Amino acid sequence: MIRSRRTTASAAVAGAAAIALIATGCSTATDPGAEGGEITLTVATFNDFGYTDELFAQYEAENPGITIVHNRAATSNEARDNFFTKLGAGSGLADIEAVEVDWFAEMMQYSDKLADLSDPAVADRWVDWKTAAATDADGRLVAYGTDIGPQAVCYRADLFEAAGLPTDRDEVAALLEGDWDRYFEVGQQYVDASGAAWFDAAGAIYQGMINQVEYAYEEADGTVIATENPEVKQIYTDVLTASETLSAHLAQWSDDWFAGLSNGAFATMLCPGWMLGVISGNAPDVTGWDVANVFPGGGGNWGGSYLTVPAQGQNIEEAKKLAAWLTAPEQQMSAFAAAGTFPSQVDAYESTELQEATNEYFNNAPVGQILIERSQAIEVAPFKSVKYFPINDALQRALTRVDVDGTDTIDSSWELFVADVNAL
Amino acid sequence: MTSTATRPAAPVQPTPPPARPERSVRRVAFSQTLSRWDVKVSPYLYISPFFILFAITGLFPLVYTAWVSVHEWNLIGGQGDFVGFDNFAFVLSNPPFWIALRNTFSIFLISAVPQIIVALLIAAVLDRNLRAKTFWRMGVLLPYVVAPVAVTLILSNMFGDQYGLINNLLGDLGIDPIGWHSEVLPSHIAIATMVNFRWTGYTALILLAGMQAIPRDYYEAAMIDGAGTVRQFFSITIPQLRPTLIFVIVTSTIGGLQIFDEPRLYDTAGQGGASSQWMTITIYLYNLGWGQLNFGRAAAVAWLLFLIIVVVGLLNVVITRSIARAS
Repeated sequence: MIRSRRTTASAAVAGAAAIALIATGCSTATDPGAEGGEITLTVATFNDFGYTDELFAQYEAENPGITIVHNRAATSNEARDNFFTKLGAGSGLADIEAVEVDWFAEMMQYSDKLADLSDPAVADRWVDWKTAAATDADGRLVAYGTDIGPQAVCYRADLFEAAGLPTDRDEVAALLEGDWDRYFEVGQQYVDASGAAWFDAAGAIYQGMINQVEYAYEEADGTVIATENPEVKQIYTDVLTASETLSAHLAQWSDDWFAGLSNGAFATMLCPGWMLGVISGNAPDVTGWDVANVFPGGGGNWGGSYLTVPAQGQNIEEAKKLAAWLTAPEQQMSAFAAAGTFPSQVDAYESTELQEATNEYFNNAPVGQILIERSQAIEVAPFKSVKYFPINDALQRALTRVDVDGTDTIDSSWELFVADVNAL
Repeated sequence: MTSTATRPAAPVQPTPPPARPERSVRRVAFSQTLSRWDVKVSPYLYISPFFILFAITGLFPLVYTAWVSVHEWNLIGGQGDFVGFDNFAFVLSNPPFWIALRNTFSIFLISAVPQIIVALLIAAVLDRNLRAKTFWRMGVLLPYVVAPVAVTLILSNMFGDQYGLINNLLGDLGIDPIGWHSEVLPSHIAIATMVNFRWTGYTALILLAGMQAIPRDYYEAAMIDGAGTVRQFFSITIPQLRPTLIFVIVTSTIGGLQIFDEPRLYDTAGQGGASSQWMTITIYLYNLGWGQLNFGRAAAVAWLLFLIIVVVGLLNVVITRSIARAS
């Protein structure tokens, strides 16, 4: 998952829930919570994990005495700020906290502040690299994987048709098969024919490209190489050069960007599984969105999350049980159905439910099959250490300055990026 | 605590007989001691709750922040090495701090100056004999009731660069779209608009209260002398409002220099823009402390902000004094 905006209404709900949380938190604290006593578990996520109220109601029904309060933060950035503040303070975190892969390494530095979730019952539940990343130096498993973000390409079939491009998803996949230059080349054809933009934002395309680089910003020993790595500079320059004509110049997750999902401002975007839910949720009236089984330059993973149980919580055992239940393949499948969050659990890939999953919004695309194939195409697991998140954040700002704001040139914005990284 | 009623009850001890001069200590009844303490200590006890609270909630954090600011300090890892004024040197030698300072003062001026002028005009209108007075007075307070977060989200949407309502309207008038989220000055204007939307009515009501305290005789006398409405406003209302105006200016200065909600929520990232177009000092502080988890530097920024507010506050005092002398 990655940042996304939310409405005021849900912010208000979250606020109310927080107050309720304080109230209930106090009451459980004073109540010694005897066997079978009332326990309130709080679950903090961000964006859309696909955890529906029905899902939590099911757990409550199966486990009498447990009440679940779900708080959703607007963006991954916000969740991160909240997580580290309260981790440092030693209190205030929810019983279960969701953590995004981009700041996961940052969190792993403080793995001793998280409960050990190792359990033979779940040892082989996830794909290997997902589990390995969540195991600390002492061999404690501190986080349960939820989803991963294998990426496909989403496109507007109606706009493709108007521009004289093929509309069938297999033909589109064949059309875009190749490297990033191919993707930009087809984009130029589209732009010439339609006069509209090819993709949403330079930042989004960059995210897709940098996630194919194993050591982008840091070497294996943690040395920061972001500003000297020629690969980073090359991708940065390529994206911005292409963006001049191909980009809709919309900052991802801005109000304009959300409007662009509906109004045809751009024809394609990179689509990790969880992005499907973002599109269908924010452009419900558009019928043209479709998804093609292809990704420039091979495969790529964008985002994906974990659930952790902070050691500061009052009900660690119960929280651990709930986290294990939420990340079980069955529940992840229901989350996938609700928000398109693609499972990181191996067993889920075998299920016919996933293999046969289609998405009505995307013109009944076989999203299950497409994403399984996209996840198999992933060759590189990018190395993300302590400084990954702030560096990537600074680079995204550098892209925005050129692509969206138009306040800097490619070179002057890079200079500022270098200064930002040096100031970290 | 003894009551002052015990005071007269204290007996006057007769002086000891001179036959025993070696006793230099004078015997004093305990009740008399109590009553002396009462006189000397009680006043301080009565005002102490404020100072005790201030010490806990104001002074302690202030001193503790100073302690943090001279150390390497990670949000989670906690206290590190003593580094002296390195954090201050880092902050002051880095351009973002100066950009933040520029933004803060710019947004403050763009919001405070028009706000006070408009509030003055609204208050002057409300001060007239209007029908349904209470309705109008409550009406100007309505925006103040709306949560700042809601105001920011709605207005930030309206100020969208490509598909925002305001740029659409400007387009209909044949004006090129304005980069509300990309250029420096427009972003400041947009944020100042949010501040003004919320605070103008509130300020107007305070000014109105001040206007109502002006004796009506002045206006009658002025009217007899042939002064029109405008002349009355500038020669009576404004000079008489000085104390209220100073109060409004001081409070809006403190609030304006600490502005956070509006710039933080102005875009989704909340870091003050890709090239720090609307990053205020408090946002900078937040980015350092909670984004980079570097509490030492954040504390240094907090102290610098405190010093800036003190300087501006002192300036206010000087101006107040000179005005008081002039009148």
